[in-house]
This record gives sequence, C-alpha cells and structure tokens, in this order.
Amino acid sequence: MYFLKRILFAVPLLLVISVIAFTLVHLVPGGPFDRERAPASPEIEHNLRAAYHLDEPVWKQYLRFFGLVWEKDAAGHWHHAAASFNISYKYRSHRVSDIIAQSLPVSMTLGSLAFCFAMAVGLPLGFFTAARRGHWPDYAGSFLAMLAVCVPGFVVAPLLILVFAIKLQWLPVALWESPAHMVLPTIALGLFFSGKIARLFREGMLNAMQSEFVAAARAKGLTENILLLKHAVRIAILPVVSFSGPMLADLLTGSFVIENIFQIPGVGVFFINSALNSDYTVAVDLALLYAILLIVLNLIVDFSYTWLDPRVKYE
Amino acid sequence: MQNDEGSGFLKSIGAVVIFCFFILSSSFLCGCLRREPPADVTIINNAEPESLDPAIITGLPEFRIMLGLFEGLMRLDPKTAEPVPGLAQSCDISPDGRLYTFHLRTNLVWSTGEPVTADDVVYSWLRAANPATASDYAGLFFYLKNGEDFVTGKLKDPSLVGVHALDQYTVRVELSHPTSFFLKLCTMPVMSVVPRQTIEKYGARWLMARPLPSCAPFELAYWRPNDKIRLVKNPRYWDAANTRSQIIDLLPVGSPDTALNLYENGQADIVLDRTLVPGELLDVLLKRPDFHPFDYLGSYFIRINVTKKPFDDSRVRRALALAIDKDRIVTKITRAGERAAPTLVPPWTANYTSPPGLGYDPALARKLLAEAGYPGGKGFPRFEYMFNGAAGGGDKVHQDIAIELRQMWRDNLGIEMDLRQVEWKVLLSSYSHLDYETARSSWVGDYNDANTFLDCFLSDSGNNRTGWKSARFDALIHEANEQTDLEKRAKILEQAESLLVRDELPIIPIYYYVGLDYFDTNKIEGFYQNILDDHPLEYIGKVKSTK
Repeated sequence: MYFLKRILFAVPLLLVISVIAFTLVHLVPGGPFDRERAPASPEIEHNLRAAYHLDEPVWKQYLRFFGLVWEKDAAGHWHHAAASFNISYKYRSHRVSDIIAQSLPVSMTLGSLAFCFAMAVGLPLGFFTAARRGHWPDYAGSFLAMLAVCVPGFVVAPLLILVFAIKLQWLPVALWESPAHMVLPTIALGLFFSGKIARLFREGMLNAMQSEFVAAARAKGLTENILLLKHAVRIAILPVVSFSGPMLADLLTGSFVIENIFQIPGVGVFFINSALNSDYTVAVDLALLYAILLIVLNLIVDFSYTWLDPRVKYE
Repeated sequence: MQNDEGSGFLKSIGAVVIFCFFILSSSFLCGCLRREPPADVTIINNAEPESLDPAIITGLPEFRIMLGLFEGLMRLDPKTAEPVPGLAQSCDISPDGRLYTFHLRTNLVWSTGEPVTADDVVYSWLRAANPATASDYAGLFFYLKNGEDFVTGKLKDPSLVGVHALDQYTVRVELSHPTSFFLKLCTMPVMSVVPRQTIEKYGARWLMARPLPSCAPFELAYWRPNDKIRLVKNPRYWDAANTRSQIIDLLPVGSPDTALNLYENGQADIVLDRTLVPGELLDVLLKRPDFHPFDYLGSYFIRINVTKKPFDDSRVRRALALAIDKDRIVTKITRAGERAAPTLVPPWTANYTSPPGLGYDPALARKLLAEAGYPGGKGFPRFEYMFNGAAGGGDKVHQDIAIELRQMWRDNLGIEMDLRQVEWKVLLSSYSHLDYETARSSWVGDYNDANTFLDCFLSDSGNNRTGWKSARFDALIHEANEQTDLEKRAKILEQAESLLVRDELPIIPIYYYVGLDYFDTNKIEGFYQNILDDHPLEYIGKVKSTK
C-alpha cells in the first residue's frame, strides 16, 4: 500500500519537474536556431521557428510537448497535432527516442560496471578499515578512500589513459567497441563512488559496533570476526544502500566528463549538450528520464530497507 | 535465528554477485557482437552532425560527410576547392551571365538503380527553397529568378522560380542578375541532389531509410549518433572507378585531447579541424611533419554595437582599432601561424585584393579619441566586451584575447572595459538583439569569393548584427555583384570593404584564420589542404604499400 502511494505520488511530481524543466530551458537566452550564421533573411528565420512551433507561446509549446494540442486545418476540421517530445531541434534527422535507445544502454552498461567496481572496491576497503580501526591499515585505507573522493574524474581519466593506454599500451585510449575499451572508463567513473562507499561503510560499521545488539552479541561470547561479518554488516550496509539509489541513477544516466574523454556514445553527453544547444525537448526528455530513474531507484532502496533491517516497517 | 539472518545476508551477497555477473557478461557480449570489417580510412570530423540533409545542414563537419552522399551539379576540386563538373558534365553560360544551361551526365544512377534526371535537380532545389523545408541556407536561392519571393513565401508557384528541366538531361537556370560566383554556389550542400521518392515516402526521417539512395561516391552504411558514421563505396557512382576507399569511418570527437590520443594510437588516420589540436601542445605539434597548417577562408574580428554611445562615433571605433597590436595577439596567443588582419576578407580570396586596412598606431588612436571628446580616455564610459568560453579548451583563446585587448586599450587609450564571458548561445542571442557593446566574433567563408564576407554587412543582413547601416555600402555590394567584369567587380568590392575596415569600422578585424589538419602523408593519399578545409572523400585513401 505504501509503495502504491509512492508510485501514485510520482505522477504529479514528474509533472511539476517537467513544468520547471520546460520553463527553465526556455528562460535561458538564445534559442535552438540562434547560430553563428544567420539565415539570409528574417523570413527564413521565421520559417524555421514556425516549422518547429517555436513562435507559439510557451504554455502551448508545453502542451504540444505532451501532444495535447488540437488544431484546425485549412478545411476547418479539428485534428490532433503530433506531440513534440520526440523531436530534437539540434539533431533534426533523429527522433529523441532513437537517440536514447542507442545511447542509454551504453551509459547503463558503463554505469553498471562502474557501480560493480565501486562496490567491489569500496565495500572491502570500508570493512577492512573499520576492522583495523585506529591502526595504520585504517589510516592508509581511509587516505586512499579520501583520495578517490577528492580527485575528480577529469583528472583520473587522463592519468589512466596516459599510464595504461599510451605508456603501457595495454588498453585502448578511447571509443567503445570491445570489453577492453570498457576498463578505463569504468575505473575512472567508479573510483569516486568506491571512495564514497568505503567511507560510508566504514562509518556504518563503526556505528553498528557500538549499538546495543552488538554489545549483547559480544556479551554472548561471539568472536570479533563473526560479530563484524554476521551482525554489524547488515546494519552498516544501510547507509551504503540508501546512497546507492541516487548513485546508480547518476551512473546509469551517464557522465558527461567520462563519456567525453573516452568518446563513449552514451547519453551523458546529450544531457549537457541539449542544455547548451537550447535543444528544449531533448533537455526536458532527459530531465524526466533522470527523474524517473531516481524515483524508481529510491523506491527500490526503500524496499530493500525492509528486507535488510527488520526494524524498518512502512505503513 | 542466527542461521536465518546469516543466510539472508548470504542471499543478498549472492544476488549482488549474480547481478554483477549478468551485467559483465551482457556488456562483454554486446562488445563482442560488434564485429565489423575495419575501415580503410578513419577520420575524426569534429562535432556530431546535426543532420545530413543537404537542405538543413549548416556546419563544416556535416558538409564534408554530406558531399560524399549527395552530389550537386558541380563538385569541389580537392586541391583548389574550385568548382569542377559534378553531376553536370558541362555548363553553357549566356553572354549576359544570367542563363546557365547544365548538361547532366547520361550515366547517372542512384545507388538503388534508378536514373538521376534533370527533374531530380529541379525537385531538390525547389525543396530546399521551399519555406516549409525551413532551410538555413535558402538564401542562396535568392540569386535565382523569383527565388527570393519563393523562399520568403511571397510567391507560391514554384514553376515561376528560375530552375527548369528542359529534358531528362538538361537543367536551365535563370538568375535574377548576373552572378559571377554562381558555379561556386552550385557546389554548396543546399544545391545537392536528393532522392525524391525516399523523401516523399519517409518525410522528415528520410535519412534513416535503408538503403538510402545516394548519387555521390559513397552510401550511408550506418549512422550511430555520437558514435560513428560509416560510409561504403557506391559502385554505381558515375566516377566510381576513381573512388579510392571502400569504407570510410567518421568519428564525431569534440575533445582535442581525445582526438590526439586516438590519432597517436593509430585508431584514427586523419584529424580535421584546428579546434581539435590541444592548445597547450601547439608549439610542439606544429614542428611535426604530420601537422599541416594552411590558409583558411576565415577571419576573427570584434563586433561593435554602433547603436550605443560612445560607439556611434566612427572616430571612437577607429581609435579602438588603431590601439590594438594585432601582431602581438597572433604571436602570443593563437600561435599557429595566423596573420594579423587589417581587413575582413583574407588575402587568399579569389579574384580580389583588399584595400589597406588600419594598422597599429597608438598615437593616431589617442588623437582620434581626443577628437571624439575623450582626451586621454577621460570621460569615456566603462564598457563591456563579450566573448564565449568555458567548456572545451578551444574557446580559451577568446578569453586570452579579451584580456590582451583590455590591457592594450587601457595602456594606449586610457579606457577601461569589463570582460563578460557567456555561453555560446547567449552570445549569439546578444548579437541578434544588439544587446552588447563590443563582442568577439568570426566569419568563415562559404565559397571562395569576397562576397561571402562582405554581404554580411548589408543593412538588412541577418549577419550584420552591429546596427551599422550604410546605403553606400549596400549600393556598392549590389553593383559589384551585378558586374560581370571580374576586375571592375574587384575594384567596387574594394571600395565597399574600405568603408567597412578603414572609415566606418562596425567591426575590427584581428587575424585571418589558419587551418590545421593532422595526418601522415606516408600513409594517406588524396588528401589536400584547401582554403575551405573541405575534403572530397572519394579521393582519400591509404597509401598502397609498394614494398
């Protein structure tokens, strides 16, 4: 029942997001057809704007976006005008759905790989540093995690390329063609999140170790390793789980920086460029896509809470 | 109880492992599925094409690909970028220069087998000129009789426009007035011939039709946005025997570092465009034999909004121009061998010599500023210089130039300006609304003629964007373009440019562009540098090993 409510609530939320996104992209100065080279006459410019209904008031363009416009044709009959959400002003030969269908799976693959990498590196590192709290492995591990969080992707990626692709020639410098092409972007994208997860997991572990049920278990005479592995982990993982929802949404919808550096045909590049190009419809489409992913993943996170922590119950 | 908890946790670990395995295996699978023959030549072609529809495209990266798919009556010579016969094997021009009769080759077929006829040419031109197509370049049809009225929607009947098919192989073009550079216009993408049946069947998405009929050296194998465009040789092209490569890949790479990395690692053979040379490495790279700078038909200049005080006074504008040490800008900032520009039209433009422009003369600049009422810059209002920048390394040059300009104007004239960096689209919007005081700008010629630069500053041109209106300038340009004697025409154009860059200065030219492509001449043949930076793909190929 709770989850049904959450899903129903998502609909007005998406509507509000679409209104805000639509208004914002239209507020930015410059339109999709403002180019360095202006057409030879104002009439040509007018033709362009008319062909894409950019001469209409914004509210009407918004309705048209969802296909909620009916128009009278020359003969006086009312007919339904096509929705504009699938049209790109910039890439005029493609449908937006085609662009997303081609680029989203690429970003999702890269995002999932980076997610796996972040988990595979972050969780053990967090566990290890928590278990050795206060000793040098803790400091070393925490330092590494901190470093991963602090060094941005646009520094990590060129360094990785320099070392592994140019100097050692083990891996390709860019493009997206084979599994080998996926290694460097996965690391470059996942490194930040692995550091973040390591830190979250370490904090979670330390908090869990101080909770009453762990004290009770320790009093029962359980060894430290069993305590950590069987009891503390389940509670300690909760902050990681709640972070992984938005993190996964971030990762799956692509990263502009990483996709740009490695020339990966993902959706992240379109996210930024659609806004820069005043490609209104694409910008709103992608904002909605991101919102939907975020809502769904947060829902999954909340759901997994009940599964991981029996104390959590939703009404 | 403990067991339950333990197994629950193990289950979740198991689920994660299975998930990871699934993701990994699926990504490896889709990686391995992409087994395709390697391309003969891979070209890095800057930005992702907005379209490949000849009527729609506006940028050089699109032009280069499109010309491999749809040919016009004329095509470009790869060395000189001058027009040579394309689909038309010859052209008769009437003595008054207004009537062009094109004779099509008789062996023309689409890649799908149907003949290419004069009707296809007429259809393609009228389609591009039709207001409903909303072509940016429809202005080129203004040169046709009744073309302007048709493009602007005043004339509805396309049969009155000056292009007609006399028979299957003959196209008659009637111009509104003699236009000496008309054959050059015929190489422009918007004049290319497109497949009528495909367009009528598929509408706006006709480029997605497969097979896509082509009348040029290549066919479109696939086009994955932001990934790759693959062209394969069109065996039915009239000159197919001379097409060097079977497969050409074009990669849309926008980052100069990535472009250089791909090139260095052998994943690309040719990198087109000056903007794809990392600025920090310019000095090192220019010394290498595979980096080829060349004169390019473009100019960098400053726009001045003449509708705002104190810039409405031409003495002020001239003072600003005379106070700029342009040589310093090209040697300290741009550094690829650019030349300081006293004029707008580059010196390598065909059939034309620019008038002497204004040089660097701080003393005269101060004198002019004093005459205008601002001795030593006193009382001169603080003003703003707008430029684009931020993303991408290539734009940093605008910022560096802005800083240099501020210093020069402060030192030489005693005036103060603020720098304002904005997004590209914001800059363009500010131009059109005259919502700026001074701003950086540039212009790249469409065809090799002075007109492509000068007609921007006609009073009613959408590219004027300075608020400057001169009846005399307009009259000179119109007079020049109706003149068939090339020498006389050049003289008239020179007078017009003199108004623009010596007397009135709504713009201050800074430098002429230099193009820069990189490729190894030992590996690639048939690739030449020309002032349009346009490279007909059919000539490009790998050097066949002679060992």
